[in-house]
Amino acid sequence: MASRDEAKKLGLTDLEYDEILKILGREPNYLELTLYSVMWSEHCSYKNSKVVLKRLPTEGPQVLQGPGENAGIVDIGENLAIVMKVESHNHPSAVEPYQGAATGAGGVIRDIFAMGARPIALLNSLRFGSLDNPRAKFLFKGAVAGIGDYGNVIGIPTIGGEVYFDDAYKENPLVNAMCVGIIRHDKIVRGKAAGIGNSVMVVGAATGRDGMHGASFASGELSDDNPDQGSPMQVGDPFKEKQLMEACLELLEKEWVIGVQDMGAAGVVSSTCETAARAGSGIELDVALVHQRDENMKPYEIMISESQERMLVIVEKGHEDDVKQIFKKWGLEAEKFGTVTDDGMLRILENGKVVGEVPAKSLAEGVPIVKRESKRPSYLDNLTVDISKLPEPDDLNEVLLKLFDLPNIASKAYVYNQFDQTAGTDTVVSPGSDAAVLRIKGSKKGIAVSIDGNGYYCYLDPYEGGKQVVAEAARNLVVTGAKPLALTDGLNFGNPEKPEVYYQFEECIKGISEASKDLGIPVISGNVSFYNEGKESTVYPTPIIGMVGVLEDVNKHCTMEFKKSGDLVVLLGENTDEIGGSVYLKEILNIVGGPAPRLNLDDELNVQKCCLKAIELGLVNSAHDVSDGGLAVALAECCIAGKLGFEGEIEADIRPDVLLFGEGQSRIILSLSEENFEALNQLSKEMNVKLSVLGKVKPDIINVRIRRNGSVAGEINVSLGKITEVSKNAIKRRVENVR
Amino acid sequence: MKCAVIQFAGSSGDSDCYHVCKNILEKPVEYVFYKESFAPEDFDLIILPGGASHGDYLRPGALAARSKVMKSVIDAAKAKKFVLGIGNGFQILLEAGLLPGAVLINKDLKFFSNDVFVRVENTDTPFTSLFKKGEMIRLTLACKYGNYYADTDTIKCLKADNRIVFTYCGENGNTFESNPTGSLENIAGIVNPAGNVLGLMPHPERCAEELLGNTDGLRIFESIVRYIERGKTHGIS
Repeated sequence: MASRDEAKKLGLTDLEYDEILKILGREPNYLELTLYSVMWSEHCSYKNSKVVLKRLPTEGPQVLQGPGENAGIVDIGENLAIVMKVESHNHPSAVEPYQGAATGAGGVIRDIFAMGARPIALLNSLRFGSLDNPRAKFLFKGAVAGIGDYGNVIGIPTIGGEVYFDDAYKENPLVNAMCVGIIRHDKIVRGKAAGIGNSVMVVGAATGRDGMHGASFASGELSDDNPDQGSPMQVGDPFKEKQLMEACLELLEKEWVIGVQDMGAAGVVSSTCETAARAGSGIELDVALVHQRDENMKPYEIMISESQERMLVIVEKGHEDDVKQIFKKWGLEAEKFGTVTDDGMLRILENGKVVGEVPAKSLAEGVPIVKRESKRPSYLDNLTVDISKLPEPDDLNEVLLKLFDLPNIASKAYVYNQFDQTAGTDTVVSPGSDAAVLRIKGSKKGIAVSIDGNGYYCYLDPYEGGKQVVAEAARNLVVTGAKPLALTDGLNFGNPEKPEVYYQFEECIKGISEASKDLGIPVISGNVSFYNEGKESTVYPTPIIGMVGVLEDVNKHCTMEFKKSGDLVVLLGENTDEIGGSVYLKEILNIVGGPAPRLNLDDELNVQKCCLKAIELGLVNSAHDVSDGGLAVALAECCIAGKLGFEGEIEADIRPDVLLFGEGQSRIILSLSEENFEALNQLSKEMNVKLSVLGKVKPDIINVRIRRNGSVAGEINVSLGKITEVSKNAIKRRVENVR
Repeated sequence: MKCAVIQFAGSSGDSDCYHVCKNILEKPVEYVFYKESFAPEDFDLIILPGGASHGDYLRPGALAARSKVMKSVIDAAKAKKFVLGIGNGFQILLEAGLLPGAVLINKDLKFFSNDVFVRVENTDTPFTSLFKKGEMIRLTLACKYGNYYADTDTIKCLKADNRIVFTYCGENGNTFESNPTGSLENIAGIVNPAGNVLGLMPHPERCAEELLGNTDGLRIFESIVRYIERGKTHGIS
């Protein structure tokens, strides 16, 4: 029997140990205790977050599957649905970035095909320390190569993503991977172990000692002095995953398949107890029947191993050989190792002898929920910036060029050109735009997908930041002409046992909930990653929002680049005098502060609706949202992408640098031929959206003049070639030239 | 005419090639699994698609080149049927000895994914008859091992026989401007002496539809379809 001391060593609290005694009515043995310790870790149980996550709106007529399954599913019409999920692999990536990132992609891909869907796209959201830091550079290069190689080899295109550098992520990088799949409604499979007597099988790779205690590893802070953690790293094999994917998709066509589940974190134990809990059943299994690649594995090791590229499959009794045949075709093993029972127990045998027995539901759902203490961090009281005291730059050209030399603003081509973007021949708009657009073969429809986060805004104002990240993800879809449908959230925070971190978490969720409710975009899946801290630093509170939208006619999609010299350039939405939270303030003036820009959700919705309508009516030639770096950066991005310049004059009673580089929300830049202006003007009036003319598309030069009280108060005049070059090289020169 | 798309373990371009044959070219097409075999007369055009067959383990294409179906592909090539190897399919043709040379990892040791400019050096092949000689086209390149290499004699021979079909070039059409993989002689694609086996690293099947922004690749497929349907005698004229 295992004592309270052993429970503590495994990371269980007194309260949790007492709960286990209550559930079992006896002391657990070591195997049973281990199962509780991994299943009740934060990573598997969400014990620290559940209470708060209840706030998130998860329902809507379009939602076919909300949170709680392998992945969420949203209806896009014509009997088609999109399956999606984001997942973090932060801790493994901090230790071994290549494998950490690769297996992160591998895990989320399995979540998608476990639902019966064919994965059609990957996205990723990455955060590292500044590239001046050699360790950050190593982590960045490794994670990009790892996540790239995995997707490239398996042949799923990576169609979007984001990369951000800040020393808040120096010790603890964030690596979030998102996968999107497509499915017909009638083919949806769920992770359920139903039907007494049905067979439980493990398919795919053999089980070894890799990834032991991975879930627990992910549920603590990173440190060097945790020698008992064993080997939490997993090693990915994308070729095996590809075989597994094809075999599973072939298998899932069969009507005798009951349920499928990814063997991700906490491997056999999580997949068996979760599928049993969902069906209200039990499972009896024999660990000796699991095919193994290490010798003399103990029952607990087999139960919690996180060896990659494995799935749990539940089929009607009598079809075991049919399963084996399909997997053999793809060079994979499939073994029956258990049976569905009606007693609700997860009963573990070794060579026929019972070695452990606990209620399946108690493992999956029985963790005592913790409501953590929450306290507003004091730093939030010292963020106000007095604009009038800020120095005004002499040379706005220099500021713009400096901004485009920042890896956070510059072109990310260095990253996404390492990812296969067009495998599958569905990519209509590839990375480098606001959102990617995919066509759907056999349909007129298309989908747009984006992934976004702004940890810095969330640090400055967790509530506004939470709202803002949802709004921005939606805006990025809207500028392609897609109507946002649903989102998946990757919630990355520090140690939730610290009241200040918990406050950030609560406030961010409040903001996300409010925005997703007001914009009508429910949360259908997600992931929480806590304990993203090192010895010296805690990450910014960083919720990542992955979002999907639908285009009724993919041929009508819109892109960000200016198309034609002479086109009128206009702004939807209003310029503000907000400078707080801007990249300009942080990186050029070196001030961490200002409140993050405010977001009015009514205004946001109006701007988005107006933009969607304008694209639908074919009034505009390009659309791009204003975000990091502000208006000047957004204008330059339209120019760089379109290889065309801009000339214009903006009249405003705002300081030129604030007007050009402030990051006021709910703004979209459109270009259109002059003859469509009146129609757009009318539309914007009807929708109660402010429309102003910025200037015209011109060749070669970016020229913006700011008029204030009648006279020119500031001017940008830079050559397109120069700024393109700076943007292109900013990341590459930092990664490759400096050793 | 009838097309075959070979499905190796790990192929991912198979469905892309199948889609082009079936829905764009509107020709009969079948998948052939790598553990199967076929007779030379079964198909007119056999496509070896892209995607890391066998995970690129050992060397890209090395394991696939030794699979059962390749005996049938080699027999079909000998029988003057047309074989098109794209990306990993090109690597398989090299490993199977149907084309000379080898590929190394790209010069900057990274996966390269982007559109590239390619010059059509030889329009006297059944795969390129719809192009103009020296014409510059845009194709999608997506590979980690696309750095073509061969010994000096082989290169000499390829040049003398006019078997270098595609070369990488810059946006002004000059080969010195761009060589994304680091290939010798900027080689992007070569043909066998008989002219019925073409291998190329870029992906023409991804450049075959207006909606996807590029139809330059489609002309390679249209060239070979036209050639086969006109029943011309095989080989370089």
